[in-house]
Formats: sequence, structure tokens, C-alpha cells
Amino acid sequence: MSNKDAYWNKTKNHMIVTLVLWAFFSLVIFMFGSELNTMSFLGYPLAYYMTAQGSLLAFVIILFWTANKQEKIDEEHGFSEREDD
Amino acid sequence: MFKGDFIKNLPKIYGTYTGGFLVFIILMAIAEQAGVSAKNIGVMFVAFTVLIYALIGYLSRTIQVDAYYVAGRQVPTVFNGMATAADWMSGASFVALAGGVYFGGYTYMAFLVGWTGGYVLVATLMAPYLRKFGCYTVPDFIGTRYGGNLVRACSVFVLFIASFTYVTAQINATGTIASRALGIPFEAGVWVGLISILICSMLGGMRAVTWTQVAQYIVLIIAYLLPVFWISSKVGGGVFPHLMLGDEVARLGELEKQFGLVKNSAADMKAAGVPGGLKYISGSHSGVPEGGMAVWKYLSLAICMMVGTASLPHILMRYFTTPTVRAARKSVAWSLFFIFLLYSSAPMLATLSKLALMDPNLPTGIIGKSISEVQSIEWVQRWSEVKQVFIADFNGDGILQLNEWFMRGDVVVLATPEVAGLPFVISGLVFAGGMAAAMSTADGLVLAISNALSHDIYYKIIDPKADTAKRLLVARVLLVIIGAAGAYIASFRLTSILGSVAWAFDFAMSGLFFPLVLGVWWKRATRAGAIAGIVSGIASGTLYLLWVFPKFSVPIFGGVNTPFLGIDHLRFGLIGAPICLVVMVVVSLMTKEPSPATQKLVDDTRIPTGKAILGKQH
Repeated sequence: MSNKDAYWNKTKNHMIVTLVLWAFFSLVIFMFGSELNTMSFLGYPLAYYMTAQGSLLAFVIILFWTANKQEKIDEEHGFSEREDD
Repeated sequence: MFKGDFIKNLPKIYGTYTGGFLVFIILMAIAEQAGVSAKNIGVMFVAFTVLIYALIGYLSRTIQVDAYYVAGRQVPTVFNGMATAADWMSGASFVALAGGVYFGGYTYMAFLVGWTGGYVLVATLMAPYLRKFGCYTVPDFIGTRYGGNLVRACSVFVLFIASFTYVTAQINATGTIASRALGIPFEAGVWVGLISILICSMLGGMRAVTWTQVAQYIVLIIAYLLPVFWISSKVGGGVFPHLMLGDEVARLGELEKQFGLVKNSAADMKAAGVPGGLKYISGSHSGVPEGGMAVWKYLSLAICMMVGTASLPHILMRYFTTPTVRAARKSVAWSLFFIFLLYSSAPMLATLSKLALMDPNLPTGIIGKSISEVQSIEWVQRWSEVKQVFIADFNGDGILQLNEWFMRGDVVVLATPEVAGLPFVISGLVFAGGMAAAMSTADGLVLAISNALSHDIYYKIIDPKADTAKRLLVARVLLVIIGAAGAYIASFRLTSILGSVAWAFDFAMSGLFFPLVLGVWWKRATRAGAIAGIVSGIASGTLYLLWVFPKFSVPIFGGVNTPFLGIDHLRFGLIGAPICLVVMVVVSLMTKEPSPATQKLVDDTRIPTGKAILGKQH
């Protein structure tokens, strides 16, 4: 397998992991809204907290994490751009 | 000023600008104490900020094609994040989001998740690859990847429908805010808004829009957060409302039980003469509605907004402006961070202002009091005069019930500072913020449409030999025409007919999402597949919208149709996008696989290093 193919396989797997996390915070937890709301976080009902703030924050964290991870994959395979910002 | 060192000096330039804006707020506060009228403070806020944007727009003028289309691809990560956040957060986000949460509660907050979660799709599936491709517009990618003028024209068509639906609403919002702040008629406000938008974008294209959007983000985020934190500490919500409103949310739940959440019948509301567009609280603030259908309604709305976000051209094109592929990825993360600052504050503002009106123990509470007493409150009188609030005593007991209080969503943002007793300088600031939000989104949209028409239709299809001067002239003329067309429609207040901002997401998702994603992720996708997918997706989505939306279905189909599986007019992308996917895959597999040259092009797109597919000048 060529370096390009190996790179693309890793990138693809990384994409799938990211999208699983995304689906968890955007869809899966809200399938159980009424069950979650019986729990509380910071004094807020949990489902309310997630839709008002928690999932939003999770997306921000996922995005920084996923960008850093992808940069590592770039470096491993020598596809890292020299010039930064 | 805009030479090489400009980029390095950006933090200093915008730091000074932010400091200057804060000084301006303090000066206005002093002016208010000195007796300058509330109206004049509003005028000064809007006029001063718009003049600054116009100045930035003028200083960023350009005669280079790549500066005009993609800001010379030198916008640093964090600044591009701010510009995208301003591009994204519309007048509707600024003035109506908190109102939506106020009335809709938990159910409405599917929009919050949808309008943020979509950025994960942008970052993983699209932005870095489109940046590597080196295109100027979104149809530029589709046209080059699949090859041919027909597929290019189809994607321009979808872009036009989606963005134009959106832009009239934005120009409408600019007009509303300008007319309120400057005290001029709505129709005049629309044209004032349009001229401000054009000054920012005409001379410098994407470069000018980028630097004004950064300036607009700074104004709008200060204008949103300052009142939220101030109100919170003033009404005892704590200094950091995001972490400290648990008790308030619980109290709202108790009050909802005490007053009861009653649904008014349409006939009652009509008989009482409730003005159009005003709403009352009928959904629980934090309670999750029971039942599978309620869950599906929440999820389906979130899906449409997320997938739509990842297909909207005015957002995707912002990531064409970063210097590198890796900067494009990081820039998506920064964009969402800056959006998060505002979006996570909207529910807090809604909670505070809802409690202020609902809690009988608070001096500001009005529910449960006698109607004559409430009608004598100054702000209630003022907003009643302009038909923004309304009281209907359905049960005739003279006491204001929860379902008898009607209000327009915008009032939550525009009037809460006043209700909570903040000085008027804050209301002036809120006007400036709303104006910044509406202008920045309108700028981005008008530019997305006119760039697609000038680059993809005029240069690529009609006159490929046009020189730079002619191309930029055409781009600018189209910009003015598109802006004027949007303003013309907005000035007739046809937006209520054109419908909701959500439609823009559904249109984009029906026709663009899968052609973009599969263009990168599936080498086997062919030109015929893409054309069939775009056409069938947008056609089926639009037909479904006509069928399901009562205003259209009554004249066309002679009656109101029940939404299929709860997919109503806000969610018609759920019909268009799957059809687009299936048709595109089937037709692609039936046609001959793309040429080796095209497959090589896709391979190159997937790798961050190496030359861009499309050159610096194309």
C-alpha cells in the first residue's frame, strides 16, 4: 500500500471517529431527553443543559481535538505543510 | 496600510479598534448622563459603527482577482474564525434567537444544536479539501471536479435559491434595525441598510468583507454579552450566568406548573385581535416533551440545520481564504468557538428575561397581576403602541394569565435591558450589535451570489477570455444588482411570503450537500450522477415544500396536507437530500467511471501538501 493510501485510510478512520462523537452529542443523547432530564448538572436538568450549552461546548472541543489529531496524521506521512498560519 | 506588515499587525489594529469602541460606549454613557436623548444615542451608535465599517471597506479596495474572490488567501486562522462567526450569526440569530428560546423552550433549542453541530461536518468533510482545491466559489469546485458547464450551472442555481432566500431576510432585518435606531420609515431603512452593505463589499470583495466582518464580530459580541452579564448580576442571577442559573431554571419549571401552559385556539386569538407575529409561552422551558414524535421532531430539525450548515456556500467560501489547509481546519474550530460565545448566552438571556416577567415575587413580574396595572407600566405602553406586545383577556377575569401575554420574539433582546432597568446606552449598543449581525451576514450572502454569477456563469461559461478589469467590473455590477433586488423584495415585506430562514438550509442541503461530500470522498461519483443528484434533490425538496406549506398548498393543491412523518416545511431537506444521494449513487454506478485525470485530481485534493488544483489566478 502506498503512503498516500495509508494516509487516506487513517484520515478516513479519523473522520469516522469524529463523526461518531458528533452523532453522540448531537443526536444520540437527545433520543433520551426525558430520561436525562431526571439527572442534573450544575443545578440544571441534564438534557436542558446539553441542548443549551453542553453539546455546543462538546462540538468546540471535538473540533480542536480533531484538527490537532489530523495534523499529527499529516506529519506521520510527511504531508505536513511547511508554512504555518 | 494594507501591505505585507498589515497581517502581522492585525492583533494590534483590532485591539486598538476594540479599545476605541469601549471608549465610545463610555462616552455615550456620559452623554446620556449629560441629558442627550435616548433617540440621539441610538442614532450615534448605529451611525458611528456603520461609518467605521465603510471606512474599512474603502481601505480594503482591490483590483486583483484573488484578493477580490478569496482575500488573497492570507487571512490568519483566528481572524478568519471571527469573520466566519459574524458571517454566520445573522440579524435573526442576534435579535430572534433568545426570543425563540423564550417562547419555544427546550423544543426550540434543537436550532442551537443544529446551528453549531454542523461545523463538525464542515471541518471533517468539506473545508480542508475545498481549501486544497483552490477554488474561488463553491460551484467552482463542483464544476471542476465533475467537469462541464451544465453541472456548474446547476450548482449555481441551487446556491442562488438558498442564498437569496436568506439574503432578503437579512436585508429586511437591517432595514428594521436601521428604521428603529434612526427613526426613519422601514422602506427607507432597507435602502440605508443596502447602501451600508454595498460600501463594505463593493470595492474590495472578499478582502473588504473579511476585515469588516471581523470588526462587526467585535461589536456584536460586546453588544450581546455585556447586557447578559449585567442583567444577570442585577437581578441576582450571579456574575457568571452560564454556570449559575440552575435555580432560576428550576423556578421557571415551578411557575409553569403554577400558571399552567395553556394552548390558545386560533379562533380565540383571531377574535381578540392578536397582531400577527406575536407569540405566547406554550412550551416548557426545560421540560422534554414526551413521546417518540416529539423526539423525532427535535432530531429531524437538528439534522436539517446541521447538514444545511455544511452546505451553505457563504460559510464554505470563508475557508477558501486561509493561507493553508491546516489553517482551514483550525479556523473552523475557532469559528465555532466564537459562535459558541453568543449561542450559549442566548438561553441564559431567555431564562433571565422570562423569570423577570413571570415571577410574581420580583418587582418586574407581570403575570398574575391585574391587567390594568400591567398596562400602565411604561415599557409595556411603549411596545404596545408599536404592536410588539399585546394583552388579550381571554377569560375576562382582569388578571393577566400566562397565555394572555403576547410578545414579538425580538422584544426579548431589544427590551430586556430596559425592563431590567439598565441605562439606555445599553439599548443603543444592542441596536449597533443587531445592525452589525445583519450587515455581516448580508455582506457574505450577496458576495456569495454575485461571485458565483460573475466567476462561474460569466467568466467560466460566457466569456472565458475576459481580462481582470472586465471580470471585476462584472462582479461589482452583479453585486449591486443582487443587493438591490434583495432590498427591493425586502421593502415590499414579502419576506413573510418567502418564508423562514430555515428554508435556506433545506434548499442548500437538498442540492449541494451530497455532490460536495461525494466529490471528495467517493472517486466513483460521475458528472451524470452529480447533475441528476442536484436536479432531483432540489426539485423533490421544492415540490415537497409546495405540497406541505399551507400558504402554497392551498392555492396549488386545493387544501392543507398533513406532513409525512412529521416532516413539515422547516424540514423539507429531509426529503430532498436523501433523494439526491440515492439518485446520485445510482446514476454514477450506471455511467462510466470518471477519467484517470479526474481520479488523480481527487487524490490530490485529499492531500494537504502540493500545488492547489486550481491555480492562483484562474
